[in-house]
This record gives sequence, C-alpha cells and structure tokens, in this order.
Amino acid sequence: MFDTCADPKTLEGLSWLLCYLTTGKHLAFYSSFFVVLALMAIVAPVALAFGFGGAIAARSPVLPLRWFGKAYTAMVRGIPDIVFFLFVPVVMDQGLEYLRYLYKCPHDGTPVWANNEFSVCAAAKLPLSTSPQIWHEVYGFTLAVIAFSIVFGAFAANVLYGAMNAVPRAQLETAEAYGMSPAQVRRRVLIPQMWTYALPGLSNLWMILIKATPLLFLLGVEDIVYWARELGATKSQLYDYPHPDWRVWYVLALLVFYLGMTKLSERVLDRLSARLSKGQATMAGEAQRKAAV
Amino acid sequence: MSDSCTQIIADYAFRSLGYGERLLPRTDFTLCHEFTLIGSGLIWNIYFGTLALLFGFFFATGLALAKAAPSAVLRRPAELFIFVFRGSPLFIQFFLAYELLVMLPKAGIDVFGITIETAWTTKAWAGALFVLFLNTSAYSAEIFYGALQSVPKGDIEAADAYGLTGWSKFRRVLWPTMLRLAWPSYTNEAIFLFHATTLVYFSGFPAFQQRGDALYYAKFFADKTFNPFIPYPITAFYFILVTLTLIGLFGIINRRLNRHLPGQHRPKLRIRPQIIR
Repeated sequence: MFDTCADPKTLEGLSWLLCYLTTGKHLAFYSSFFVVLALMAIVAPVALAFGFGGAIAARSPVLPLRWFGKAYTAMVRGIPDIVFFLFVPVVMDQGLEYLRYLYKCPHDGTPVWANNEFSVCAAAKLPLSTSPQIWHEVYGFTLAVIAFSIVFGAFAANVLYGAMNAVPRAQLETAEAYGMSPAQVRRRVLIPQMWTYALPGLSNLWMILIKATPLLFLLGVEDIVYWARELGATKSQLYDYPHPDWRVWYVLALLVFYLGMTKLSERVLDRLSARLSKGQATMAGEAQRKAAV
Repeated sequence: MSDSCTQIIADYAFRSLGYGERLLPRTDFTLCHEFTLIGSGLIWNIYFGTLALLFGFFFATGLALAKAAPSAVLRRPAELFIFVFRGSPLFIQFFLAYELLVMLPKAGIDVFGITIETAWTTKAWAGALFVLFLNTSAYSAEIFYGALQSVPKGDIEAADAYGLTGWSKFRRVLWPTMLRLAWPSYTNEAIFLFHATTLVYFSGFPAFQQRGDALYYAKFFADKTFNPFIPYPITAFYFILVTLTLIGLFGIINRRLNRHLPGQHRPKLRIRPQIIR
C-alpha cells in the first residue's frame, strides 16, 4: 500500500508492523468485517418480517395456516440452529439447480441424484462456472442470509407471538367497543402496543444474532473467522512477512470486536427500551411515571 | 461387513468412542448406517452437555453470589467473567481456547520435578468440555443472579426472624428460593447448552480418527451422499428426543422445588427460546 513497503524483508519494528497490517490480504480481512455487518443489517429486518408472518399465522383462525405458524415457531425449540444452518443452504442450492435443470438441460434420461452424486448439466449450475468469482461469493452469501433469516425468523415468531398475547385484553376490548373490525383492532391497537412487550425478547435475539455470525465461516463465506485463521497461520520465509503462529492474536481481536458490539448494542437497546416504555401500563412505564412526578 | 442392521449396530454403535469397526462405510449408505452412526455421535453431545451442566451449576451458583456481593473485590471479577462469556460467540471461545491450549509446551510443564502432561488438554473431550463449562457457568450465573435479586423481601425477613444467618440462611432460604425462581430459565439454558454442543467439532477442536458428535456424522453423510434430507432430519429427531428428556427431568425437579406451594400457584415449565442465549 505504501511505497516504503516495497521490500518488506528490510523493514523492522513499527514500520514493519505498519506495512504488515496494510497488505492486500489484511485489507480483505478488514472489509470482511463489513460482510458480517451486512449480514446482520439484512437478516434483522428480514427475520423480523418472517417472525411477524409466523406470529400472525400462529394466531390465524384458518386451521392449516395456524398449524404452519405453530410448526414454524416450534421448530427452533427442539432442534439445534446449526442443523438448519447446514441444511438450508444445501437444500436451497439443490432445489434451485434442479429447477434450472428442468428448463436448461437436455433430458437424456440421466438421473439427477444417482450414485451418491447430485449432478446437473453445466448450464444449470448456479452460479455458472464461467461467471466471475464475485458471483460465487454473492451466491454463497445469499444462501447464508436465507438460512439465517429462516432460523431467526422462527425465534422472532416466538417472541412476537408471546408479545401479541401479552397486550392487555382490556385494550383490545376497548378498541372493539369503539366498533373497530378485527383487522382494525390488529392494525391500530394490537401491533402498535405489542412492541414494548416484544422488545426484551427482540433485544435478546439481536444479541444472539451477533453471536451467531461466526457461523458464516461454516457456510464457506470468507468472513472474519476465515481471514483470522488464514492470516494468523504460520508464514514461512517464502512469504513477504514471515511470522510464527499468530492465530491466537487474530482470534483475540475478533473476541474484542464481538465484546464491543455487545456493549454498544446493550447501550442502544437500553435507550430504546426506555423510549418504548413511556406511558405503558408496565413496571418500567410506571417507574418512569413515578420518577417524573 | 454384513448388511443386517444388527450387525451394523454392533459395528458402529460405539464408533464415536473408538470401539468397533474403524473404517466408516464408503458406499451403500443405508438408513440403518445413518441412524446408528449419528446416534453414536450423540453420545458425545450427551457427554458434553451433562458434564458441563453439572459442573457449571455449582460454579454458576458461586458466580451469582459473587456478582451479588457488596464487596467490589468479589463483584468485579464475576461481572467481567460473565460479560466476556455472554458477550462473545461460543464459536470464537472454542477457537481461542484451542489456540491457547496448543501454545502450552508440548513436553509438559515441570512443577517441582513433576511433569504435568498438557497434550490431553487440546483434545475435545477435555478442552471443549472446559469451554462449555465456563460458557454455561456464565449464562447460568446471570440467570441465578437475576433470581437472587427477586427473592421476596419477606422470605429474607422471615429467615432473619428465625435467627438464621450465614450458611444456614443461604442453604435453607435463599438457595431454594433462588433455584425455584430460576428454574424455568435454567431449563431453557440446559436445552440450548445441549444444542450448543454440536459446535464442538465444527470449531477449533479436530475430531480424532473421525470420532465426532451427531452433527459431525450427519455432515459426513450429507457430504458423501449429496442428500441432506436423511441425515439432518435424523439428527433433528435425536435432538428432539434429548430436548423432551431434558424437559421431563427438569419438570420433575421443578415439581420438587415448588412442592410447598398450593397447586394453582405452581409455575409450569415452558420453553421460551426468546429469553435465553
């Protein structure tokens, strides 16, 4: 990056460190932090939408829809989330390639699943083997986002379902007494009022999401864990910057990053919680009222 | 190798512990193979979960008391410990612990002429168990701390009125009430701890001679057969069984903890995944 770094073997001390920390691979490492942040930024709203749909479905008067909602909310209770993280991307990948196979491949009778292989013709591969590397990475990342959204959507559905049930019955009855239809009650009273009850659970979920992001590594995305292992591993004299096994320092840096994220989130969520409790018939709302008097 | 299922079970039921057939099947994966090997791996999940929970329970009680202590010397370290282990991903903790344990001198540490072996600490059965123990201790300590803070004032006053102090006050009044209040959340923690054990062989710790846990074998089958629809549902099935067993066992303890309360006041155990982890 800097001109002085042209011949790393001659460098020493701080200037060596400065050059070492600005190599191309290190810059890729730093940008992979944005991959993690992007994952959280995309998954949080999508999972919230999934959870919302799941919670509404679980309360639906239509029986099959209710079954679906209940099954979706119950899914994460008994089964480890990491099973879904391994399962969903493979299924999505095979499903999409199979759909493309139906359109793009010549049907000469060769089965798709045979001899412990899943093989479709080159034209049906996703992404195409001729497409640039960036599309392979985007595709892998998208599958990861879908897997995360499904799992965290199920968690969120649990939270929102509980929150909707926690809205005091009297408030809904009041709305009914004003002659609102069930849809109006839901839109004007139930949903605005449920957030204060949902927030503790959703905050917790956000914390879980932060702590689940290293699992991207398992899905083959080049995330911070991948780069930490890659850069930290022993580098022999063949490399420009030879060093012994430094993985422990890189992983320690990740630990500090995650602790910082947790601390920051705690502060923001505390403020949000104080805002949402304002004027609510809850313990926090009552405490605020007393403090103000 | 025979095709009959009893033969497969005999060959592979304890494969994860290193007994029976060494070579994993290469072709002709049957349902029986998958059920047996994934079930064999489940032994590790149960081993990690049970021992971490057992040791963690006592350490967590100590940590919760330390966090509630008025003295900063006790409180600060406990708060820091809980923050570090609850604030960072278990995955990173596994990695870090493995890298740290690998750095221990290979030949062992010499203490007063006695050599302490260090090689075993990098093995999953010890290293990963230690990390899981610390991790669940931190989560449980936070639960116990919260429960300790909500012990009714009247209970403490009653204990004082009876002249109970120190250990006997803790043993007879504070501790049972704390456990009673914490139990529903602690059940959640136990369930999620068992789920977390599936991470062991996907983080730093290598599976020695392909002796892994349930998910390790499930991924083995999924990679070999390109068919995720059989091994992962089998794993899910086993874990649902584990979860139901846990709820049953913790429910029995819950009933005992609440046995003095009149029927309608006894809290029921419910799993609420939104509260924990």
